[in-house]
Amino acid sequence: MKQPASHLSLWLPPLLAGLAILALWQGAITVGGIPSYLLPSPAAVLDALIRERHSLLPSALRTGGAALVGFASAVVGGGLIALALASSRWVKAALYPWVLALQMVPGVVLIPIFVIWFGAGLPSITAAAFIIAFFPVVANTTLGLVSTDRGLLELFAVNGATKWQEVRYLRLPFALPYFLTGVKIAATLAPIGAIAGEFLAGTTPNTLGYLILIYRSDPTKMPEVYSIALVTCVLGFLFVGAVQLLTWLLLRRWHDSATHSE
Amino acid sequence: MVAPTEPGNSAAHVVLDGVGKRFDSGAPVLAGLSLTAAPCDFVALLGPSGCGKTTILRLLAGLTQPTSGSLTIDGLLPATARDRLAFIFQEPTLLPWLNTRRNVELPLRLRGLPAAERATAAEELLRRVGLGSALTLYPRQLSGGMKMRVSLARALTRSPGLLLLDEPFSALDEITRNRLNEDLLRLREAVPFTAFFVTHSVAEAVFLANRVVVLAAQPGRIVEEIPVPFAYPRTAALGESADYHRLVARTSAALHSAMTATSTEVHA
Repeated sequence: MKQPASHLSLWLPPLLAGLAILALWQGAITVGGIPSYLLPSPAAVLDALIRERHSLLPSALRTGGAALVGFASAVVGGGLIALALASSRWVKAALYPWVLALQMVPGVVLIPIFVIWFGAGLPSITAAAFIIAFFPVVANTTLGLVSTDRGLLELFAVNGATKWQEVRYLRLPFALPYFLTGVKIAATLAPIGAIAGEFLAGTTPNTLGYLILIYRSDPTKMPEVYSIALVTCVLGFLFVGAVQLLTWLLLRRWHDSATHSE
Repeated sequence: MVAPTEPGNSAAHVVLDGVGKRFDSGAPVLAGLSLTAAPCDFVALLGPSGCGKTTILRLLAGLTQPTSGSLTIDGLLPATARDRLAFIFQEPTLLPWLNTRRNVELPLRLRGLPAAERATAAEELLRRVGLGSALTLYPRQLSGGMKMRVSLARALTRSPGLLLLDEPFSALDEITRNRLNEDLLRLREAVPFTAFFVTHSVAEAVFLANRVVVLAAQPGRIVEEIPVPFAYPRTAALGESADYHRLVARTSAALHSAMTATSTEVHA
């Protein structure tokens, strides 16, 4: 639909701005003489990235794997809990306020508890990713399931739809954009949860959080710390990008969020 | 005209007998309302806001229950007569995730008809409402008038014996609205049905209906019924005739006195 020119005008400004910031950054260090233990140059970060690739890549895979498992469990579990909550007015009235209340608990404070339950390893990290990603999925999906358009419900009633048909052909598709919004929030949070878990679980080698703990104690390893930040950033982009792609595939024909998304 | 794709229903016989409706502990919305519609009657329900016009449709559709009195459609209670009726809402109420054809198929899908049969019926009806080339478009790609046409086609998929229309075209501009009203009458020539049409527009009521029922509010009741003698099929030309304008003027006067009746009751 879009013209190639508009694609270019979409991509070119952020690309140029990014390059300009990198140039300023490098310039500030070369000309301004900022010490590398405060702010390493982009070149040094890139260098560290390449030098440390043999520890960074497996760590990124472990952290990403834990985040992915936690995220997937949060999406499936959160979706099912939301279905249960929305299935009955009484269940929702009794439990939904608790779901919202639990969402107020910062997931991070639960991580030490997971460490006690599951030990200082990948299970705790996965649980950390799960707990932080879980509530947005539950809250958004429940909202979607209970806010079905009244007019559409009446249309189904007039046409003699069964309860199951109403769920299958109306409530579920109606809730899909809400669900995907929850999934997108979960995707941004799951890697953060995993890394926070690694900080607090402390001794899980070959994870990104663990590498940060090691490198930050050595002032000469500042470029390495930045390179981990960069890897984390890429990990987050992969999660969110995958969800954006899924959202676009599912909603592009009918929903504004798919065509107007960033 | 092409024959209906489903065996379908014959035009319904509708009886409202002493119907009263009161929503929990509020003032009655309808009181002792009696009205009989013979098969193929086109009844326009005209009245001030709050006279219970929409409630009458909702009662007939079984979306709400009467507090007193009874309603029957071909002798059946509304809840068991759903196969015989269709409802066209004020909003198009299309499912945004389905394309035009699938939206029209929906009532057939809910009844478990096979896909091929549904598709044929939907395409046929969409052609009849002038949307034969919009089968694969999604609601967001349609104009307001086109959406209402889809809604109309969807309502006709089950060849209803009774069509309930709740100010269906009121959100549209006048030209589109007039055209849709003409199309509605044209479609009725091919597949006859009994119609209850709620409207605020006197001109629309007189153009469409063979009976204009004027209601007053608080509580909703019939104050006058005006027969409209013009023969069907009616076309836009009817709007030019002096007889039509005389009847519109008379109906307007009736509506005006219904509104006065309402306000005196309030002050009483």
